[in-house]
Formats: sequence, structure tokens, C-alpha cells
Amino acid sequence: MTHRHPLLELRGVTKTYGTGGAAFRALRGVDLTIESGEFVAIMGASGSGKSTLMNILGCLDRPTDGQYLLGGRAVEGLSKEERALLRRHFLGFVFQGFNLLARTSALENVELPLLYRGLPRSERRAKARRALDAVGLLPWEKHAPNELSGGQQQRVAVARAMAADPQVLFADEPTGNLDSKVSQEVIQLITDLNREKGMTVVMVTHESEMAAHARRIVTVHDGLIASDVSNAPRGRNEEVA
Amino acid sequence: MLWNALDIALREIRRNLLRGFLTVLGVVIGVAAVVTMVTLGRGATESVTSQVESLGSNLVLAVPGLGLGPGGSSAPGFQMSDVTSIAEGVAGVRAAAPVRNLGVKAVYLQEDLSTQAVGTTPEYFSVAGWTLAEGRSFTAAEYLGARPVCVLGATLVDELFGPQDPVGARVRLKGLSCEVVGTLEGKGQGAMGQDQDSVVVLPLTTLQRRLAGRLGSNDVDRIMISAGDGTSADRVVGEVTQILRDRRGIRDGEDDDFSVLDTKQIADALGSTTRILTLLLGAVAAISLLVGGIGIMNIMLVSVTERTREIGIRMSIGALPREVLLQFLVEALVLSLVGGLVGLLLALGGSYALAQAMGIPFAVDPGINLLAFLFSAAVGVIFGFTPARRAAQLDPIDALRFE
Repeated sequence: MTHRHPLLELRGVTKTYGTGGAAFRALRGVDLTIESGEFVAIMGASGSGKSTLMNILGCLDRPTDGQYLLGGRAVEGLSKEERALLRRHFLGFVFQGFNLLARTSALENVELPLLYRGLPRSERRAKARRALDAVGLLPWEKHAPNELSGGQQQRVAVARAMAADPQVLFADEPTGNLDSKVSQEVIQLITDLNREKGMTVVMVTHESEMAAHARRIVTVHDGLIASDVSNAPRGRNEEVA
Repeated sequence: MLWNALDIALREIRRNLLRGFLTVLGVVIGVAAVVTMVTLGRGATESVTSQVESLGSNLVLAVPGLGLGPGGSSAPGFQMSDVTSIAEGVAGVRAAAPVRNLGVKAVYLQEDLSTQAVGTTPEYFSVAGWTLAEGRSFTAAEYLGARPVCVLGATLVDELFGPQDPVGARVRLKGLSCEVVGTLEGKGQGAMGQDQDSVVVLPLTTLQRRLAGRLGSNDVDRIMISAGDGTSADRVVGEVTQILRDRRGIRDGEDDDFSVLDTKQIADALGSTTRILTLLLGAVAAISLLVGGIGIMNIMLVSVTERTREIGIRMSIGALPREVLLQFLVEALVLSLVGGLVGLLLALGGSYALAQAMGIPFAVDPGINLLAFLFSAAVGVIFGFTPARRAAQLDPIDALRFE
């Protein structure tokens, strides 16, 4: 990826679900630029379009109209396969529902993205272990998700995302299913990835407490960007539109 | 990429052993049922055919009434003179022998056994393909003189005499004391499952005059005709039919009241019964195959939700749709092939044991084996693969949200 271009750039992006009278316009023309190394929180009420926005940014979903440039490269016209390859090499995800493979050990879950990158077994194993260690779950490497608590599962998911060392980490309500103490641990892990590794982070949340960890807060309302302000991380300043 | 897919697929099978086991079970049951049934059915058919053929080549059989089945014998029996006419009047006939059956109880000292007495002429032994184990058959003079002499089948020898030598001893048949002049080599089970060796052979004259009592008459139940080598069985059948029609006074245009069959026709008549049985068994087995298939389908459909999410997770992480499809295809193939092989081995082992126990040949039909195997494998692959194909076409976010 070249440095001339912003890392992520949306131009007039719309997303419409359904057709005709039943059509629902989730995004109604969004312009957004995110530079490498930023930590952006996307806020908004449920149904505001914030998750749709993140899914499009993460190449999990396609815009109905408009342009999306990833590292200066137009993404909206790419095939499924090409978008899968982008995700494989540049993007990482942490979901609200964890989305770990059932009956699969923590270690193997973390190894998964490396497997698809075609890394040799020993290297895969070593990187996955390092990531699990970083989230403090190395002793649990053999445990399947159903043997782990919610917080532990989400930490495995964070380890999975960071093992592949992506350019951008997308987190969709990463603490939505967790209690406040565990939420702090998880948000701390994500914040550290941004601060210490310089990983670009885009996090969707409806909790201002979580958004406060970000350096920039974008608020979505009714399919449009309502506000876009910088934020002193961990400050008490809460700029919600 | 193929290696990777195999790796992932095998891990996924290991993680879901129960699901894999149930899938395999469906295939195993289907394949095992079909292959066992068909193998046993074929064995039974072959056994019937080979036993009929063991009656001797170029054997022609004349029976009163139509066909071999029961209920056709209201027609009058044959006479000894019919036998003589056939032996002398049909070119190419090596020998012809009458057969008159009578159920009797054979007694020797304290031992007794209910058995079949066969009244016939000395030609019978060669025509019916018997070999003498000991002693001799009865002579033409003994036949003409209606002498009380008999030849014992292997079962009678075993049951009545055990290890003793029966030749020269006397057995009682319905109060008639008969001298045993010879014994027969065993033939084993007959085409209809009866014991062919539970038999005592004696002159027809003796049976008619001294055993049958009031049932007397000079009737003969059937005529066995041995056509010489190189003689057309069809021609013999035709000429025998003509002679019997003339002698029984059947006018032109009237139907026969007897049947003349050659070995092939007898084999066909008996074989058709077992073939129907094979078909029936095959149909039952086909239903198990179908049920097995439905079982596989169920398991696959039940796991669609979970597997769709799995596909969503894999794709969100960067798996290509075709990598996911390959993984699922390999999974389905491995499970189906394992199931098919296990089913095949079980069926072959099981039907071998059953064939041994039932005393029928172990007749494997490779075509049916292949067909059952392919069908089950196809069911496994189609139902394992179709949900995956649908899921891989979704955008990853839709696959993740799938409920």
C-alpha cells in the first residue's frame, strides 16, 4: 500500500437493503477518510448504519453505490475472491459474538488466518502461541470456546486478529456481550494494539465509555455522518452528537 | 491448496466425530444392506442352477400335468410301457428310467427313519447321476423278479447303521424285509433345500407290487431320460412329447396333459423363484439405502446453521469461497468413502459367513457393489456439499448472521 493515499477512503457510499417500496437505505452517502495508525470509534444508535459502515470498510459487504478506496485502490468493483484476499492479507476482525469455530481449540482458532495465508505449520504455531500469550491465554490454548468464559473467548478472538498482524483491525461492538470489568480488559488489548504496534483500529460501539478510548469519534445518524471529532484518549470529554 | 483443504477437512472431521460417525453410519447401512442381500440372492440362484445341472447334462424329465409346481398332477401318471417306448423309439436317447416315489419308514434294529423310496429300473443310477459308494446296484433280473433288494442313500446309512457296513444287512420298509445290496455317494442338499441323500432305491416292480399296497396301480410318477452327448435336447423333448401324446390318445389341437422339460428349463423354472426372491431382498435393501441416504441428509441439514456460520467465519478471515468448497467436498468425500468401504467390507464378511452357514456359494456381484457404493457416496457428497455451496455464495456478513 502506498503512502500517498489515505488508508481507507469512502466517497459518497450508499447501501440499500431490499428493493422498491420495502427498500431500506442504511447508508445515504457517506464520505470518510481514515489514515494509517488512527484509532477511530464509530458511534450511533442501533439502526443508524454504523455496523453497515464497518462491514463495508471491512470488505465483508459491498456498497450499493459510491466509491471505496483501500490504500488508493478501488474495492467496490472487486470480485468476492479479490475481497477475500484483501481480508486475508490486510484486515482483521473482532466481532460482538466472538465468532470462534466451535469444538476447536483456542490455539487452532488463532492459527486459522495464518493457515489461509499458507504459513508453514511451525511458524503458524509459534505466531499463534505468541498472540495467545499476549492476551494472557497461553495456559488455555487447548481449550475449546465452550470451555472459556465470554471474556476469554473475546481475548482469543483478539489474539486471532493480531496473530495475522493486519493493517487494519475492525472491531464490531467488541465488548457488547461482556460485563464491564472484562470489557476493560478487552478494550485495553485493542488500545494497546493501536498504541504499541501502530495498528489502525476501527471500532463500532454504542457505549461512549468505550469510544472514549479512541482518538477520533465518528457519529453516524440515520445513514449519514453526523459528527467527526478528535478525542483525547481516555479523557473524560464525551462528544456525542 | 489441495493439501491445505485436506488438512482442514480432516481436522474438521476429528472435531465433529459424532456428526461424522452418523454420516458414515448412513452410508455403511445402505451399502452393507444392498451388497449382503444381493450377494446372498445370487448365491441362492447359483446354488439352484448348479444343483439342477448336477442332475446330469442332457437330462430330460417328463412329468404328468403342466409344469413343476404343485397342484398340476390331476393328470394320470405314466406307465412302464411309456418308458420302454421312449427308450426304444427316440433316436439319441442313451437311457430312460421310470421314477415312482413313496414315503416309507425304514427300520434297522432299533433305528428308524422316515424317508423316500424310489422305485425304478437299473438305468436310474446313471440317468440320475448317482455314484455307488459300496456294493452294487440291483440287476435287471432282480427288477424283473420284483426281488426285495435296495440301495441306500448316504443319510440312511448314517442314521441306521452309523459306522457299520450295511451291505448284506436287511432293512424293513413298511413290513417288507429288503436286502441292502449297495450304498450311494452323498449328493448333499437338493435344489429345493431337501436332503437328496435320504432315499432308498429299489426295483419299480418291487415297490409297485410289494410296498405300494392298495395305492398299487402300475403308474410311474415321472420319467427321466438321458440324451446322449451331442444330441439336441430340444429334439428329444419334441419326440418324447409326440410319443407320449400318441400313447395317451391326445388328439391334434388338444393340449398336453404332461410336461417334458430339459435341464435348462428345470433350472429356469426353479431359478425364477430364487430370482424373484433376490429382487425382493434387493428391494428391501434399496429401502435401507434410501433410509441411510435420508439419515445423511438429515444430519447435513441439521448442521447447516452451524456450518454456515463456520463458512462465514472462515470467509471473514480471508478464506476464498473455493477453498471453503474444496474443504467441504473433501470432508464429504472422506466420510462417504470411509462409510462405503466399511459397509462393503462388513457386507462381504457378513454375506461370506451367511453363505457358509446356509451352504450356498459366495457369489459377489461387482456391479451391484460398485452401484451401492457410488450411490451412497453420491448421497454423502451431494448433501454434504450442497449447503456449503449455498453458504459460500453468500457475502461473508450474511453467512455470519445466518440463523
